[in-house]
Amino acid sequence: MKKLIISIVLVNLLAACASEKPKEVAPAPAPKAEAPKAALAPAAKAEVDPLNDPASILAKRSVYYPFDVAVVQDADKPVVQAHAKYLSEHANRKVRLEGNCDERGSNEYNLGLGQRRADGVNKMLVLGGAKADQLESVSYGEEKPRASGHDEASWSQNRRTDLNYAK
Amino acid sequence: MRVLQSIVGLLLLAQASMVGAVLSIEIIGAGEHQIPVAIVPFGGDDKLAQSINEVVTGDLQRSGLFRLVDPTGKSPHEPAEVSYPDWQVRGAEALAIGTVAAQPNGRIEARFRLMDVVKQTELAGQAVSASEDQIRAIGHRIADLIYEKLTGDKGVFSTRIAYVNRQGKSFRLIVADSDGHNEQTVLAHNEPIMSPAWSPDGSHLAYVSFETGHAVVYVQSLYTNQRMVLADFRGSNSAPAWSPDGKQLAVVLTRDGSSQLYLIRPDGSGLRRVTFSGTIDTEPNFSPDGQYLLFTSDRGGSAQIYRMPVDGDLAERMTFGEGTNFSPRYSPDGKSFVFAHLNNGGFYVAVQDFQAGQRSLLTEGGWEKKPSFAPNGKLILFASEARGRGILATVSSDGRVKQHMFTQSGDAREPTWGPYP
Repeated sequence: MKKLIISIVLVNLLAACASEKPKEVAPAPAPKAEAPKAALAPAAKAEVDPLNDPASILAKRSVYYPFDVAVVQDADKPVVQAHAKYLSEHANRKVRLEGNCDERGSNEYNLGLGQRRADGVNKMLVLGGAKADQLESVSYGEEKPRASGHDEASWSQNRRTDLNYAK
Repeated sequence: MRVLQSIVGLLLLAQASMVGAVLSIEIIGAGEHQIPVAIVPFGGDDKLAQSINEVVTGDLQRSGLFRLVDPTGKSPHEPAEVSYPDWQVRGAEALAIGTVAAQPNGRIEARFRLMDVVKQTELAGQAVSASEDQIRAIGHRIADLIYEKLTGDKGVFSTRIAYVNRQGKSFRLIVADSDGHNEQTVLAHNEPIMSPAWSPDGSHLAYVSFETGHAVVYVQSLYTNQRMVLADFRGSNSAPAWSPDGKQLAVVLTRDGSSQLYLIRPDGSGLRRVTFSGTIDTEPNFSPDGQYLLFTSDRGGSAQIYRMPVDGDLAERMTFGEGTNFSPRYSPDGKSFVFAHLNNGGFYVAVQDFQAGQRSLLTEGGWEKKPSFAPNGKLILFASEARGRGILATVSSDGRVKQHMFTQSGDAREPTWGPYP
């Protein structure tokens, strides 16, 4: 079961990544004319935005939490640190940190908990070299669940902070 | 007794589903002492009379406090036409009669009397009028009068409720009559809407909307639909609650770190922070005398209910024991509070008395959230779930009578009961 969930999450991430890819080509720091070329013949280009590399750790755009916890877990720290490094090297990129919760709690309590989750990631990114003006943390509480079941399989996907890069 | 109650419930369900086109209502349980009352369809315009009769009988049934005595075969409309023995034989203790007609100015007027069958006297009499499209309001007024005369408590059938309907990605903030009819959409878009809160005079709703990409508190007039931003600081702005005099609101902001309580005037001026815990403080609710705030906080390590003076002082923990507790709301008399109790994976509607500190669970547990008292303190509205959908539900404050209200589609969430009109 766990394997299944992980693979579903992975598929979601890949799907999210794939769908974001074309949008993210345009604002990349490389000269504008190169963007279509990169899309047409990616193998020929050495300079690819690592954010668009599905094999990069940067392809992970969510971190997950135990119930009623807002501290980034050890397993997810390398993900946040990699994004911090990327942001420190790409000062023009901005990212929205969106905290989310499972449904166990009131909507308002979860809004606070989701904000605490997003703010926690925000702090870790700043410690890792990102600038405050590259970051915005918000919370959706339990209002935007990724899965809707009343069980741990759903809840574990809903307790997360998403890193959404501005296009 | 349980079996009998569920049979009564089923019968009522059958009746309710025949009447209700907009939404269906299921009633579970019955009051300890149901007052037997006969409602005679009014004389005059048959069609108008039938519409009013449906509303009055529906309201009284849903309260669980009345047993409707079948009036078939007898149809007095004036006190002189009432033969009391007819009603005594049927076991009725009270009898409602009257007439209804369209006035020359187009308004509908109902003349109504409530008769005491035992004492053979008139308990109440009143003329109620409204425009034609407000015919249900006439029925609610009459039901309120019957309820008040026979139970001694003010009726709440003429009040309104607010809730959020979620369908896929679309959210609608809705105001409806207390029976769920007469829905009006206050706001609709594709981002979440949360935490509607009625101004004490019922003229405005404060609420949280995510339409700009984060939680912002708005205040909107229900008369003009004009709205203003009440709080839009960085992070989350949420959980608006009006003071009883309507002169300020408590809100929750994360602009200075974690969720903390602030006071603000309805025009957005005079912002003042009142908690400094550094933990999550949220869901403030003013006491009826305006002196205290109840709120949810995890300052003790888990979400519990606390009370503090509005001006900011030491908060006192109100809930203890197993589980966590959320969403406190004062009872209208200020003697108790209702809240959502989470334990063993289930949400319960619970009430706790301030003096005794005694908690009682009013529901059997499930996904029951966001309870709020009716303005007479006799009913509690909350969000529940049935058949995989979010629904509105009520429970009597003694826990005996429950009803489920199914809206036409989507999930009903975040309900809150409005004030007396």
